[in-house]
Amino acid sequence: MKILVCISKSPDTTSKIAFTDNNTKFDENGVQYIVNPYDEWYALVRALEIKETLGGNVTIVTVGLAADEAIIRKALAIGADDAVRIDAEPSDAYYTAMQISNYAKSNAFDLILTGKETINYNGSQVAAMLAESLDLPFVSLATKLDVSGTTLTLEREIVGGLQIEELTIPAVVSCAKGMAEQRIPNMRGIMAARTKPLEIIAPVAIEPLTSFVNYSIPNSKTACKMIDPMNMDELVELLHNEAKVI
Amino acid sequence: MSILVYINSNGGIHKSALEVVTYGKKIGENVTVITSGSADSSSLSSLGKYGATKVLVDRSLQNDDAQQLTRLITSAAENMNASTIVFSQDIIAKAVAPRLSVRLSAGLISGAIDIPSPDGNVKVNVFSGKAFGSVHVHSSKKIISVLPNSIQPEITGSDCAVEEYNGNIGAPSIKVIDTKKPEGEIPLPEAELVVSAGRGMKAPENWHLVEALAKELGAATACSRPVADIGWRPHHEHVGQTGVAIRPNLYIAIGISGAIQHLAGVNGSKVIVVINTDAEAPFFKAADYGIVGDAFEVLPRLTEAVKKFHATRH
Repeated sequence: MKILVCISKSPDTTSKIAFTDNNTKFDENGVQYIVNPYDEWYALVRALEIKETLGGNVTIVTVGLAADEAIIRKALAIGADDAVRIDAEPSDAYYTAMQISNYAKSNAFDLILTGKETINYNGSQVAAMLAESLDLPFVSLATKLDVSGTTLTLEREIVGGLQIEELTIPAVVSCAKGMAEQRIPNMRGIMAARTKPLEIIAPVAIEPLTSFVNYSIPNSKTACKMIDPMNMDELVELLHNEAKVI
Repeated sequence: MSILVYINSNGGIHKSALEVVTYGKKIGENVTVITSGSADSSSLSSLGKYGATKVLVDRSLQNDDAQQLTRLITSAAENMNASTIVFSQDIIAKAVAPRLSVRLSAGLISGAIDIPSPDGNVKVNVFSGKAFGSVHVHSSKKIISVLPNSIQPEITGSDCAVEEYNGNIGAPSIKVIDTKKPEGEIPLPEAELVVSAGRGMKAPENWHLVEALAKELGAATACSRPVADIGWRPHHEHVGQTGVAIRPNLYIAIGISGAIQHLAGVNGSKVIVVINTDAEAPFFKAADYGIVGDAFEVLPRLTEAVKKFHATRH
């Protein structure tokens, strides 16, 4: 089975979020970039588990600049076979999806996996855009994925519950919690990653459909009002008359 | 400005549907609703009160197959030459709105928390709720997917016409084998009131205290990541950066320290109440009301106080 795993970089979950250039740019000062957790913990690890059972090949793709190669090496250290970097700044989800789609069109993959969203832009857009552009079925927010021959059986979240679905490859699947367990790369993996193939390809001309004009940080809360643990009637009264939420 | 609003009407009209119809009315005059699903015509007609001019319903689509829905919405959008398509940012929107964006070459704004500003830019949640971004769409057509609980439904008119619609949706590519829906639970992303607990509850068998309060309030239950990871609570209850992000009117956090990753999922809440034995818990910094105390004593007391409050109001 030939699997493509799309990865993105995201700031470490403990990063301080700040902006520069008159609040138009994310302040990267002191920010540690990691592989977006959904892409790494769920999409990549499940792809590797499928490969370990059924054989095949796991390719990593990311749209990014040379500085982003650290996340590719991490993914290779965890166990991916080879990687492709599309050499461009991923300006919006549409631009990113079209770049990956262009690459995937000429490389018949059986299965394309992504994380359910990135933890920085939370758009949850690239995978579905990729599926539409490749005219493939797409299962979003899958929590389980099993392969039998050319049939995929998936469990995914639906509004207010779970659904079990079946479809035929090729397909695109976005992966959520439950799909797999995080793997920590070992020393052998890290050494091997240095020599695994990394192909750099030029982007195609695509006009992004959206852009971020500026950013802002939510106002910090006013001081917390402390309430006597013996007096819960007071809390209920405040929630009703002051906060007006009940 | 002709606006097309998609709503999921399976199992009736959800609050999120009223929110997006209201949103549509606020940004344009001619608001058409497109839906598939099981809601009856009279409840669909009531969407007119919230600003719909008419409702189109294709009853041939029973499941939420993303490719079929994409064909349905594309057909309706092209027929009426919609300038903006509005979704509620739920699981269906996450699968369908990006597909439409590619098909119609329309820029997609996902996670909108407000109506467009006069310059047309739309405010969205980014960095898992730690910041806001303002998004500009370059294309003439746009798609806006609105986070639940971002806009208050408003009654502005009266019932509207409901028309059967054939969207030529084709065959499904995905076969549904089974659907599991827990009965009677309030879906977390839509809940206005949420009671959430963490490791401070000490063991899963103590959750009846949390559930009793939630039941008395009519709230949904949620939990922190460690509690979902060790299997005390189901994963779909996990709120936080790697779980569900919610923006209820009231979030009550019990025995949760308030790590930055947890706050990321809940800091869109209008009011936060924190109950913790540790007065130094970081969560108090993000709270509106705080109680330093033992959950096992405070919870029954609070549940009783809510019960008393409800009794005096009826």
